[in-house]
Amino acid sequence: MTDILITGARPYGEGDPVDVLVADGVIAEIGERGAVRAPESAEVLDAAGQVLLPGLVDLHTHLREPGREDTETIETGSRAAALGGYTSVFAMANTDPVADNALVTGHVLRRGREVGLVDVHPVGAVTVGLAGERLAEMGTMATDEAGVRMFSDDGRCVFDPLLMRRALEYSTALGVVIAQHAEEPRLTDGAQAHEGERASRLGYAGWPASAEESIVARDCVLARHAGARLHVCHVSTTGTVDVLSWAKGLGVDVSAEVTPHHLLLTDERLETYDPVNKVNPPLRAERDTERLRQALADGVLDCVATDHAPHAEQDKSCEWDAARPGMLGLQTALSIVAHTMERSGLLDWRGVARVMSERPAEIAGLPDQGRPLAVGEPANLALVDPDAEWTVRGAELASVAGNTPYEGMRLPAVVTATLLRGRLTAREGKID
Amino acid sequence: MAPPRGAAAPAERELLSAGDVARTIARMAHQVIEKTALDGAGGTDGPAEPPPPPVLLGIPTRGTPLAHRLAARIEEFSGVAVPAGALDVTLYRDDLRRKPTRPLEETDVPGGGIDDRVVILVDDVLFSGRTIRSALDALSDHGRPRAVQLAVLVDRGHRELPIRADYVGKNVPTSRTEEVSVLLAETDGRDAVLIRGQ
Amino acid sequence: MRHLLTTDGLGRDEATAVLDTADELKRTLLGREVRKLPTLRGRTVITMFYENSTRTRVSFEIAGKWMSADVINVSAGGSSVGKGESLRDTALTLSAAGADCVIVRHPASGAPHRLSGWLADTRTSVVNAGDGMHEHPTQALLDAATLRERLGGIEGRRIGIVGDVLHSRVARSNVHLLTTLGAEVVLVAPPTLLPHGVDQWPVTTAFDVDSQLPGLDAVMMLRVQAERMRGAFFPSAREYSIAYGLSEKRLAMLPEHAVVLHPGPMLRGMEIASPVADSPRAAITDQVANGVHVRMAVLYHLLAGDGDHHG
Repeated sequence: MTDILITGARPYGEGDPVDVLVADGVIAEIGERGAVRAPESAEVLDAAGQVLLPGLVDLHTHLREPGREDTETIETGSRAAALGGYTSVFAMANTDPVADNALVTGHVLRRGREVGLVDVHPVGAVTVGLAGERLAEMGTMATDEAGVRMFSDDGRCVFDPLLMRRALEYSTALGVVIAQHAEEPRLTDGAQAHEGERASRLGYAGWPASAEESIVARDCVLARHAGARLHVCHVSTTGTVDVLSWAKGLGVDVSAEVTPHHLLLTDERLETYDPVNKVNPPLRAERDTERLRQALADGVLDCVATDHAPHAEQDKSCEWDAARPGMLGLQTALSIVAHTMERSGLLDWRGVARVMSERPAEIAGLPDQGRPLAVGEPANLALVDPDAEWTVRGAELASVAGNTPYEGMRLPAVVTATLLRGRLTAREGKID
Repeated sequence: MAPPRGAAAPAERELLSAGDVARTIARMAHQVIEKTALDGAGGTDGPAEPPPPPVLLGIPTRGTPLAHRLAARIEEFSGVAVPAGALDVTLYRDDLRRKPTRPLEETDVPGGGIDDRVVILVDDVLFSGRTIRSALDALSDHGRPRAVQLAVLVDRGHRELPIRADYVGKNVPTSRTEEVSVLLAETDGRDAVLIRGQ
Repeated sequence: MRHLLTTDGLGRDEATAVLDTADELKRTLLGREVRKLPTLRGRTVITMFYENSTRTRVSFEIAGKWMSADVINVSAGGSSVGKGESLRDTALTLSAAGADCVIVRHPASGAPHRLSGWLADTRTSVVNAGDGMHEHPTQALLDAATLRERLGGIEGRRIGIVGDVLHSRVARSNVHLLTTLGAEVVLVAPPTLLPHGVDQWPVTTAFDVDSQLPGLDAVMMLRVQAERMRGAFFPSAREYSIAYGLSEKRLAMLPEHAVVLHPGPMLRGMEIASPVADSPRAAITDQVANGVHVRMAVLYHLLAGDGDHHG
């Protein structure tokens, strides 16, 4: 493997620029500019003015393989991830067939390794077929080659309280985490958009905040009772932040993620009826996005996860009710976080590293991701030009699908290089 | 139809003054009385009862007040009350797609209807004849007149259809590029006929 | 006007122009043997109904035919949202085949809005004939025409809209249009049938009908589908009818001049008592008659001009 010398970058955007030598997959040396000696053969990355971060970790992505390769594959999704600064992603279980058994999770793991651009960790389903009726073989998936760390019926809520209780209890023996898509299905029967004045006026059936909050509250109580860890997917409401704050205060072992789109976009997007803005949970009110940003800065929300959800053109180029929920996120996540959190002063780059790399790696129990930028640590790295800007074009993104809600928007922060265990996976917007 | 009054255009000239307009309408009233035999001079057979008087239908906008003024003069000179109303032709125009949507104007066919009556269409300016064609179509949807005649305050020529007026207040030779505007007190605050352009 | 998608944002002048045209058309056609105007000769109007509604479709069809447009009904009744050919493909096909106007009824809110986007590069106009829980603009226009006729005007009048406001596109379109035209609107419904955020609408709300009736110039009764009981919006048809139905006793509580409207189809005995529906105070058949004239007026404003002028 070629050694790589990164020159002039600032780790976490702090202090003086340094040179970083990457050799044999680890950070071999960090020193003052010009002080690090690299072999002649080393590749030099001029990173003057750039921020060095640990490689990003996404706990929530949909790679669609197997089943919907017309929208994304493990290969295209891995490319999108590498270009977005990610070195590890968790592929959700709602594939076809569902990842509710070790055959599917094993396949996803192996395909991810073959592609080799990012560590692809399969998420296992909590219940067979995501049907919410009986537990999937979590133990087999956890102990098989895929070593599944996280289980979720994402897209559906494990809403039967007994089943959720058992899943939480069972998970404690496996040392895995249950990630819940919190949505009380009776309260969201036919729901299309955030229940509020805008949806009422525009005629969308309302998706009430209480449908999320009531499940999160219930699950926190169940997790406490079971002594289990709980992870809450894509928190979208002010009330959920309150519930999490309360539960964490009680010592419940709960973590939570927020998506970039819930940090930035609001139900104002409903005015267009364009389903590129349809997502589950729905885009909320302005006050919710403000509260979510604050909670992410405060640590009530632990991390950012993309909920990257590619969809075919025909599933978005239709009337709202017929459209599938979800939006692309892997390549835009860091820019949206930079825009909403870093530029606004809520987080510095060290904070960004915390919410996009360190905390998600901790939550999922990844030993070699989200590590400090220090000698001897695995060289999973992302280089970011914080002052550059770029314009989002769905057609130019690496995903097969193009359903980005940021089409045409000019965003700050450009990922200039991504390294996976010392090897360049993406550089200057291209897969290496 | 008279074009709307625009911004001050070059070379505006008055063709008819307020007094001229009044005298012209009076002369047209006499012509109508004579031609429709309202003075009883028409028949030698001594009919048992006189024919019903004609119905005047003005074409909005300015044809409508003209029709009412003409009716008033006719009654003044002949002693016979002549019904007057309005016939909007917008829905029958063949040039709707060439212009922005026009608001509809009032149609007011007097109570007696038009079946077997002489209808006199009244308009301010006769130009291409297309408005009158539309009016004839509109009229046929309201009934079947015994005869249709046409009265115009100004005939400026340039007909595009085989249509001629039975009563003409004033013949004005014009070029196509000129604009003829009829002003009436009811719609414009004063009576006058103006011509603009070369 | 290029499309008619909502009454939300329809200006007072624009709305009044349509209503005036409707009045003029009504006068023009009154007592005529041949109710046919040549105005839209050569224009093709397609109705595309993804929900069954004989009354609205027929009203549009008559309106188009009285204006001499070629009216074609595309039956989409059996197709459900997201099945079969996409709405976009259907719209582009009809436009390419020469439709000057597509009149669409669809169960998904915003479907006509989407259509207008897909047809932006064509000359085809879109009329919303009712979309989901969103709007039904021609219904509101015909209600306004009826109120103008019966009350002599709308400015300053107090109009009650009673019933299932939550699911009602008629209520939404009427709230926008009537308030734009200067009316005070009061929405009367149980809390379960009032939309979330209604406090931000330019209306007042009440849970109790009886206290409102004496102050109303008109009351518009909305249809209440019995199947709403399954969503627990109210306990029973009987209790709803007792609390919100327009009985003869309640009719007597309205001022003498007040008028009763219903967009139809009525559930007699549910939201309106049969004798009330048939009383001279009810303008329900006037609404149907005015519906044709209003829809003629809408087609006139959309299709009679050169199409390049908006507004």
